[in-house]
Amino acid sequence: MATRMTPDLGWWGVLIAVVGGAIRVSTPYLYVSLGETLTEKSGRVNLGLEGTLVMGAMSGYAVSYLTGSPWLGVLVAGSIGAGFGILHALICNLPRVNDIAVGIALFLFGTGLAFFLGKPYIQPSAPRLPNLALGWWSTSPQIRVALEINALFLLGLALALVLSWIFANTRWGLVVRTAGDNADAARALGHSLRAVRTLATAAGGFLAGVGGSFLSLYYPGTWNEGLSSGQGLMAIALVIFARWKPVRCFWVSLLFGAATALGPALQSIGYTSNYYLFNAAPYGLTLILLVWSSSPRHALLGAPSELTISR
Amino acid sequence: METAAISAAALLSALGIFGGFVALRGLNPLDVYAALVAGGFGSWFSLEETLTQAAPLMLTALCTALPARAGLLVIGGEGALVVGGVATVLAGVHLGALPAPLAVGLMCLAGALAGGVWVGVAGALRHWRGVNETIATLLLNYIAIAVMNHLVSGPLRDFSQVLKPASWPIGERLMIGTVPGTGIHWGLVIGVAACVVTWVLMRHTIVGFAVDIVGGNVRAARMAGLPIGALILATTILGGAAAGLAGAIEIVAVHGFASSSLVVGYGYAGILVAFLARQHPLAVVSIAVLLGGITASGGLLQRRFGLPDAATLVLEGLLFLAVLAANTLYGRWRRA
Repeated sequence: MATRMTPDLGWWGVLIAVVGGAIRVSTPYLYVSLGETLTEKSGRVNLGLEGTLVMGAMSGYAVSYLTGSPWLGVLVAGSIGAGFGILHALICNLPRVNDIAVGIALFLFGTGLAFFLGKPYIQPSAPRLPNLALGWWSTSPQIRVALEINALFLLGLALALVLSWIFANTRWGLVVRTAGDNADAARALGHSLRAVRTLATAAGGFLAGVGGSFLSLYYPGTWNEGLSSGQGLMAIALVIFARWKPVRCFWVSLLFGAATALGPALQSIGYTSNYYLFNAAPYGLTLILLVWSSSPRHALLGAPSELTISR
Repeated sequence: METAAISAAALLSALGIFGGFVALRGLNPLDVYAALVAGGFGSWFSLEETLTQAAPLMLTALCTALPARAGLLVIGGEGALVVGGVATVLAGVHLGALPAPLAVGLMCLAGALAGGVWVGVAGALRHWRGVNETIATLLLNYIAIAVMNHLVSGPLRDFSQVLKPASWPIGERLMIGTVPGTGIHWGLVIGVAACVVTWVLMRHTIVGFAVDIVGGNVRAARMAGLPIGALILATTILGGAAAGLAGAIEIVAVHGFASSSLVVGYGYAGILVAFLARQHPLAVVSIAVLLGGITASGGLLQRRFGLPDAATLVLEGLLFLAVLAANTLYGRWRRA
């Protein structure tokens, strides 16, 4: 990014870079948080989505490299994510198993497996996802760069709206919400809790896998072991702040994207000191928002009441 | 008896799946198992390496095991270790004039204190603000690493180190040596001692009993008038202090300076040790040695079979999943 910026725009340049960066960086947050929202609405927490994200990044990149089709990579990344979701759900379906602990185990297993299988794909370069140049109307190169938007971002926005509509207006949405809010009521309606939660966790894993493929196939657009540094984890905390509402997930993801993009944007105008501290900004922001959203007296606002983290 | 049988079943099934894994890469699983044993426990040299790896694992495992007794799921060992390491270096730089044993003691104390405060914050947020401690400690891990990277690449940077950013060294004088007659540093002794002390504290004191009540039934604890907040704070601070001490030992016994070599996953492996040991402080010692053996054999797997170094991470992940899934087996054979 640093080379694309010219210094003459000054602080406006920083602002444009932050907005453009927010759009670019927010996509993985968006997919993981939407996936986690879906899973948590059904009454389970999957803390392992960070591992799913890394697996998605690795498998998407590998498939794109081997087949030449980045979109096939996205699909495979999603499917592998769904597989991880099913694994999580199957283990949690056993009695007396803690879903948060299984999430931690899958986080470690997913990252380990991705590093294990992904070794051969660190060097080669795979075909990446194309972008849509929505800044064609502007003569400013900064604005044009900032508005190079990937289709997955727009798809994620549409998905947030659709999910929101599904939760509010469809039978499926009602079933998922009932499973998450009152297990007895869901059972009384004749639904299998395990089946509902397994499907919701699998779908959540699919989305997290897609989010991971965005990391390796678009931005930063390469595969290596340091690719994800907790984005999957922050996205899970983000769901709490978004109060389990898909459209709020979209806005909060943009906010997180902006926090992540701030460091590199400042670096581009030559402000390079405290670089690592700016890297910590999104984690700090997450923690502050988490403290802000929590209360010792009542459950988290908007939280499905069957969740282990809201009890 | 039941615990041993179920843990063994979990271990065997994880090894079985791992065997399938390496078989997919065209390797004979039996050869890989043999190398795992040889690399971890096959010779005096590999045993020394195993025990050296096990030392920090015992301490980071306590960071999860102690708060677990009070019903908290803390996974902040990695961050507390890093913060402890940085605090140790800072203390070492300022205490250079003191006699070496006193200075080293104070440095380790500084490391433990820093780790204790770091995880204690999560405990306090949990009790007085209702913040989920699992997510909070995981975030604190990333913040700790970022803060250390900031310090070693700027304010504390030793510019004579060109390979990668590192802090000022504490100096040869403040490094502790190895247990006489072995290549194992004193951290192992400290780790075992910490586990025994924790066991005594948890099993044989009123405080330990009170913590178990908080972990077992918060409402009963409230009825009994136990100081729940103070107990939660105490377990998180002690747990964090153990991990901070691990960081201090990495500095005074292994590295001599703070750098990204502190971030090698001891904290995360410690979580696994705590769960495998079912949060029991004495079991932590033997499980840490087992896990240390797996880590130590990673090099041999790499050299002999060309497996990536992440192979041990895959095995550890499988082991973790198997142990959690095996939780469902408890009580199945007991008579009603």
